[in-house]
Formats: sequence, structure tokens, C-alpha cells
Amino acid sequence: MITSSLILSAILFVLGTFGVLVRRNAIIIFLCIELQLNAVNVAFVALSRLVGIDGQIFVFFVMTVAAAEAAVGLAIIISIFRHYETVDVDNFNLLKW
Amino acid sequence: MVEILFYVFAAVAVGGAFGVVLSRSPVGSLLAMVATLASLAVIFILLEAHFLAAVQVIVYAGAIMVLFLFVIMLLNLGHDYRRDVKGGVFALISFGVAGGIAGALIRQLRGGAALDAFTSPAAQAIDAAQAEQGVVGAFAQPLFTTYVVPFEITGILLLVAIVGAIVLAKRHAV
Repeated sequence: MITSSLILSAILFVLGTFGVLVRRNAIIIFLCIELQLNAVNVAFVALSRLVGIDGQIFVFFVMTVAAAEAAVGLAIIISIFRHYETVDVDNFNLLKW
Repeated sequence: MVEILFYVFAAVAVGGAFGVVLSRSPVGSLLAMVATLASLAVIFILLEAHFLAAVQVIVYAGAIMVLFLFVIMLLNLGHDYRRDVKGGVFALISFGVAGGIAGALIRQLRGGAALDAFTSPAAQAIDAAQAEQGVVGAFAQPLFTTYVVPFEITGILLLVAIVGAIVLAKRHAV
């Protein structure tokens, strides 16, 4: 079941990466980043069956950082929306060359 | 039985992930994400990480996803049914990147012997600790001894995140 979990984790991570790359809505990009974090969590929990409970504790920290990241990221999205009236990332091209 | 449950909920998780990536409406994406998170909680239970399964449902599906939903409602994005997937060359590059990652991961995972989740010494140690101290106790013991410094730093991180979120989302931010 560990190998199956690692394969599940790989599938979810690739789907999350794909979503980050192809979607334009900033909130969906954030959701896909959360999906990637969850994929990594599955790998950590699966490998904790081989290495010890430290893997589960690392997942706890990942969840905390994900919560902090979601709060700050959504605040940034709200503040961007006030400026541009959209959350489409194609419109934010100030730092593009 | 455990194997069947695992495959059923793994299928739900992957289907939900496809829903997140492909759904047209942001709310649909979000609900698919909740399905994925709930089925991952079941997979955590099957891997004997009961505390994390509870935290996954309460914190992730309960708090973080509600925050996302709240922002979608606040910005009135629910009716945005125009497909916002990037096309053309960009989609091809994205396929390439995702395929490359998938290939590298499959290459790593293939060829290894099938790993058993219940007989290794570490797995038996976790199960014994959970039987002796309870599910939360077995988790809290290392968290508040070996990992107490990272735990406290996490508290500072959350404080900074709260202050940052309030400052950024405030009207007339400086």
C-alpha cells in the first residue's frame, strides 16, 4: 500500500503542477498549489510507515504553513482585485519581460 | 478490504483533482478539492495516521477551503463560466513539464519491491505507541519533545501571517 500511496501522490502532484501552469484564475492556481501540498502530505504519511512517526509530524507543519500561505495569498488576491477588478493572472504583467 | 477501500478513495481523489484542474466555475473547482481532501483523509486513516485525518478534515476541508469559498463569494467570481485554460504553445509546454515530472516519478517508483505498510519496524512502533498512548498522545509525544522548537516557530509564523493578511486586505493599505 506504500507504493500505491506514492503513485497516488505522484499523480496528484502532476495534476497540481499542470493546473498551476495552465489555469488563469489566480484563486484556482492557489487551489492547485494546495493540491500539490496535499500530494506531498500523502507521500510523507506513506513513508512514515517505513521511517517512523516523524513523517506525520512534518505533515502537521506542512498543514500549518499551508494555512498561513492561504491566508496571506488570499489577502494579496483581494488587494490585487481592488486595483485591477480581475483575478486573471494574464493582466498582471508588470514584472514580465 | 483495506486494499479495496484504498483504491476506491484513491480514484475519488484523482477524479477530484481532475475536477479542480478542469472545472469551469471556481466554486466547482473548490467542491472537487473538498472531495479530494476528504478522500485523502480516508487514505490517512488507512495508513494509521488518525490524528492527521481528523486535522485534514477540520483544518483543510473545514477552514482553509471555507476561506477560499469566502474569497470567491466576496469577489463575486462564482458566475465566471468562461474557460480560462491557457491554450496553444503554453499548453504544450505545460504538458511537457507535467509529463517530465510524471516520467521522473514513475522511473523512481518502478522496480522497487512492493513495500508493506504494516510489518516494518517503524510501522509496528507507531502502532504500539498509538495503542499505548492513544492516537493523539503518540503524535504529541515527539511533537512536544524533539520538535518543540519548530512548533514554537510555527506559532510565530501564524502570528506573522495573521498580521500580514489583515494589513494586505485592509482598505487603504499603506
